[in-house]
Amino acid sequence: MSFPIVYKLGTEPIIDHVFSSSGDVLAITVGNSVKLYKVKGLSKPELFAELKGHNKTVTSVDISPDGSRILTCSQDRNALVWEMCEGEYKPTLVLLRINRAATICRWSPLGDKFAVGSSDRIIAVCYYEEENDWWVSKHLKKPLKSTITSLYWHPNNVLLACGSTDGHTRVFSTFIKGLDAKPEATAWGSKLPFQTLCSDFVSETGAWVHGVAFNATGEILAFVNHDSSLNIVYPQGEGLPPLAYHLVKTSHLPFRSLVFVNDNKIAAAGNDNVLVVFEGDQNGWKELGPTEKILDPIVKHSSTLRSADDDDDEISSHDALNMFKQLDLRGRVTKTTTGGANQSTSHQNTITSVKLYSLSHVSTSGDDGRVVVYKV
Amino acid sequence: MSQSLKPYLTAVRASLTAAICLEDFSSQLVERHNIPEIEVDNGHNPELILNPMVIARNENEKILIEASVNSVRISIKIKQADEIEQILVHKFTRFLEARAENFFILRRVPLKGYDISFLVTNFHTEEMLKSKLVDFIIEFMEDVDKEISEMKLFLNARARVIAEAYLIPFD
Repeated sequence: MSFPIVYKLGTEPIIDHVFSSSGDVLAITVGNSVKLYKVKGLSKPELFAELKGHNKTVTSVDISPDGSRILTCSQDRNALVWEMCEGEYKPTLVLLRINRAATICRWSPLGDKFAVGSSDRIIAVCYYEEENDWWVSKHLKKPLKSTITSLYWHPNNVLLACGSTDGHTRVFSTFIKGLDAKPEATAWGSKLPFQTLCSDFVSETGAWVHGVAFNATGEILAFVNHDSSLNIVYPQGEGLPPLAYHLVKTSHLPFRSLVFVNDNKIAAAGNDNVLVVFEGDQNGWKELGPTEKILDPIVKHSSTLRSADDDDDEISSHDALNMFKQLDLRGRVTKTTTGGANQSTSHQNTITSVKLYSLSHVSTSGDDGRVVVYKV
Repeated sequence: MSQSLKPYLTAVRASLTAAICLEDFSSQLVERHNIPEIEVDNGHNPELILNPMVIARNENEKILIEASVNSVRISIKIKQADEIEQILVHKFTRFLEARAENFFILRRVPLKGYDISFLVTNFHTEEMLKSKLVDFIIEFMEDVDKEISEMKLFLNARARVIAEAYLIPFD
C-alpha cells in the first residue's frame, strides 16, 4: 500500500476523527452528527452508521480502548456515550453540569472514565456510577481561565494534560476514590488527590495552546502554541523545575494538533495543511521538515501573475470577472482554470487533528473533509 | 502595478495569510452561541483577541487587520486625493455594501475611519480555500484604485462634453 492514503469523506469540515484501536472503524465528526466507516481491507471507506443525537456542531469524538463505546461531545453542552444495543447505537446522556459548549472529549487509557473539556472553563471528569446507572462527573475548575482546547491522558489513567486559550498547559490529577487504584509515583508527583495541579507551563509569548500530548510512557509532555512553536518538557519531580524544556520555533503557520510517534519523534500539523515531523531527545529537538512540499503563497502568486501576462489563455484568479471581461471585450469565452485542487498537499485545508495510527503511521483529519494516513 | 504598490501588497498578503488561522470556537460568554469574537464588544474575554495590526502605504492608504480566535476583521482605507474621489469611493463602497451577502466576507458597515471592511470567520475558511480568500482581498485592493481613477476619468470626460454642449449656444 502506498502512503499517504487519502480518504475523501465529503466536503464538510472534520473537526475530529478517531480510528478504533483495531484500525477497522473510522469515526469522524460531520456537522451535528458522527459518521462511522468500515475501512479495513476496503478500497473505499464504507459508511455503516451515523450517530445523530446532538443538535449543534459535534466538536470531538473518541472510541473507548476496547472499542465497545463511542464518546461524542458537542457545542450543545452535552456529551453522549454510544453503545451497541441490538444492532444499533444507543446514546446515554452524561451528566456534565456545564453550561457552555463542550470542546473536547477523551477516554482514559483504561476506558473506565473520560474527560470533557468545555468553554465553561471546566474539565468534567466522568465515570460510571453503578447505583444510579448514570455517567456522573467531577469538575476540575481551578485555576482554568479560558476555553479548554485539548486534553491528553497520561498512561497511568490518573494524570491529565490540558491546553487552553489562556496560554497555559496544565497537568492535573483526576484520581477518583473508589474507582482508581492508588497510582505509583511518577515524575509529575507522588501524592495525587483529585484536582491536584501537578504542573503548569506558559510559553514565552503566552499564545493559545492548540494541542498537548504525552509520550507512550508519560515521561515527556509536548504542546503546540498559536505562535507556531513546539514545546517539549521533561519533568524532574514534584516541586522541582523541569529537567529540560525545549522550545522549537518554526516558520510554519500555527499547528493545531500533535502526537508522539515514539520518544524521539513528534508529528504535528495545522494551518499549513501538511504534517511536520520533529526529532530529538532530552538534549534538544529540531524540525525535520514537512512530509510534503508546500507551495509558498507569495512565490506562487507572483509566478501565476507572470504566466497570466505571458499567455492570454491562462487566467489566474478572479475567474468569473475575467470571463465576463473577455466576453465583453472580445466576444469569446476562454477556458478558465478550475479553482479548488491547486495545492500539492494531501490536505487542501487546515488539519484539525492528528492521531497515532500505528507505530510508524499517523492519521490526520482536516477542514477539507479528508482523512489521511501518513507514514512517518 | 506600480513599484511601491508591490511591497505593500506583499506585506498585506503575508499578514493576512498569518492572521487567517481560525478555528470553530463557541462563545464563552453566551450559552449555545457561536459568534465572531472580534465583533464582541466587551472586556470579558481579552485573551481571545490578538493584537491588531496596521499596514500603511501612506496616510491615505492603509489596512487594519484585527484577528481573533475565530474571526478576522480587515478594514481598508482607499486612496482619496480630492473631493471627487471621496464621492466616488463613498458611492462605490456603498454600492458594494448594499450587496454584501453576494460577497460573503464583506461587512455591511465599515469600521470608523476606513472605507470598507471584511469579516472572515472560521465558517468561510472551512468552505473556501484560504489562498483564494487572500487573493480576493488583494485583488480587490489592486483593482479598486484603478476602478476609482477610471471612474474619475469618465466623469471628467463627461463633464467636458456636457460643458461643451451647454456652451455651444453662446459660441
